[in-house]
Amino acid sequence: MNDIILETRGLTKRYGGVHALEDANFILRKGEHVAVVGDNGAGKSTFVRQVTGVEQRTSGQIFFDGQEVSHSGPLEAREAGIETVFQTLALADDLDVPSNLYLGRELFKFRLGPFSWLDRRTMRERTLEALKTTAVKIPNVDNPIRNMSGGQRQCVAIARAAAFASKLIIMDEPTAALGVQETAQVENIIRGLKERGVPMILISHNLRQVFDLVDRIVVFRRGRIVASLNRDETDGNDIVSYITGVKGGEVSYA
Amino acid sequence: MAQVTHGLGGLKYDPGKKARPQELNVLVALIVIVAAFEILGRLLMGDSFLFNTRDNIDTLFNQQRLSIIILQVSIVGVLAIGVTQVIISGGIDLSGGSIVGATAMIAMSFAQTALVNGQPNPKAIFGDWAMDLPVIVPVLVGLGCGLVAGLINGSLIAYTRIPPFIATLGMMVTARGLSRWWSNGNPISFPTESFAAIGKGMMPVVIFVALAVLFHVIMTYTKYGKHCYAIGSNEAAARMSGINVNHHKMLVYAIAGILASLAAVVLSSKNLTAQAGMGVMYELDAIAMAVIGGVSLSGGRGSIIGTVLGALIFGVIISGFTFLKLDAYYQEMVKGVIIVAAVVLDQWRQQRRTRG
Repeated sequence: MNDIILETRGLTKRYGGVHALEDANFILRKGEHVAVVGDNGAGKSTFVRQVTGVEQRTSGQIFFDGQEVSHSGPLEAREAGIETVFQTLALADDLDVPSNLYLGRELFKFRLGPFSWLDRRTMRERTLEALKTTAVKIPNVDNPIRNMSGGQRQCVAIARAAAFASKLIIMDEPTAALGVQETAQVENIIRGLKERGVPMILISHNLRQVFDLVDRIVVFRRGRIVASLNRDETDGNDIVSYITGVKGGEVSYA
Repeated sequence: MAQVTHGLGGLKYDPGKKARPQELNVLVALIVIVAAFEILGRLLMGDSFLFNTRDNIDTLFNQQRLSIIILQVSIVGVLAIGVTQVIISGGIDLSGGSIVGATAMIAMSFAQTALVNGQPNPKAIFGDWAMDLPVIVPVLVGLGCGLVAGLINGSLIAYTRIPPFIATLGMMVTARGLSRWWSNGNPISFPTESFAAIGKGMMPVVIFVALAVLFHVIMTYTKYGKHCYAIGSNEAAARMSGINVNHHKMLVYAIAGILASLAAVVLSSKNLTAQAGMGVMYELDAIAMAVIGGVSLSGGRGSIIGTVLGALIFGVIISGFTFLKLDAYYQEMVKGVIIVAAVVLDQWRQQRRTRG
């Protein structure tokens, strides 16, 4: 069982009377790319928010990298090795690319409390390396990202996650706001992560993308996991049937 | 010919192209204004604004005018440095001018000399124990006032989450009240010689320039500066990235308070007196200098260099109007117009950039 990076047992989240997530049993193995699909309000984002520590679960257990965890916030999850690319970009528009990559984890030449001296050259060099390994092309990393297109900014956000994610990347609809070419670029980056063996959970509405990219598809419906299907053993119609509830009761383990 | 590459989405871009720094525009504006005064001076007054026209002095420029230009903005300029880092980190500080007033009164009370022309100091606030104290005492007391005021601003903004405008407006009114209450509105005068030396001659300029260099370095090369820009740019992202936003805000407003009180020490030393009305409108002049210098009121953009250039524009306009023998009333009106014009120009620039 050592190849399991993330496991949830009976994960449940209620907002007052609303059962947003009910008894979710989920397993992600090392190097595996899994898509989480489902209709709006099916519990996908709720599920991610529990795993990344943005919200605190009502009940259930989360095991990460062999240990039961209880992240009190996204920072703690990040320190444990979970990087998240959020739907809303968590980037500072007025800063350049290296500053955004190293936001909150700057490198220093010497430390002097708040007036610690930034090691700008090393951060810039490592940024270029990180962009290279994730195959992100940015015209000029020294420009503030305000001047960049949505796709380029999303690439910066993904490169940031990829550069630091030691154990797991979670992407919440990374291509929702992007054009065709930009989407292709982001998908290439995701394939690169697969080759490097970085496990990923991808939330997406785009079934074509899901079938292109991941090994396994987990379907959420009304707060429950209703299916967990290997990509090669299913097809689009099958998935849609599960999403809309035409097919499927419940699976005990996803 | 610029190198053109095909990037993301097949769009062409020029990798060598960089956005023109805002400071360059401000510098151009400064040069244009100086040139305008030079031309108007030659036409209307038959005299040069910038250059030396007297035969008995052997310099190219009119050094007296140049030193007055920078001297008259250097004290407000110190405030403007503090306000610049506040605005860059997404806040605003309206309390600077009142902190100047309160600090000047309190610091001066500890800087008095016992004997004036052989007579006891007629403006004495405290008893003999507070007379002829070493200069370090009033300076530290003064800076302490600014620190306390700044920390109150910062903690209100960071922990009670009230808007910076309201928190510092409250401090503005309170500190002004304190400065009037301190000596029942009476001026406090006759400082010791060593205290008077702080703001003597061109000392305010030296202090202003030294602080400008120091804060330029801090804003550009240190974690503190980087986090100011990050918080002003996207506070939620900064928080998410692990920056302790609350601590940072405390520090930002504390530094702004200390700089305001430093300006107060220099000002009261220069004037050899402290009055309850000192520093009125300084906060707005300081904000105006920053805005003219390209600091964006929505946070995240601007620089100390820009603010220094903005301060120089201020000084040139005041000097120029005096030189043209125009009424001080016109100065105020033109200052107002320039502030609005600077913001309008900045908006246009940004709209063009997002479209292009």
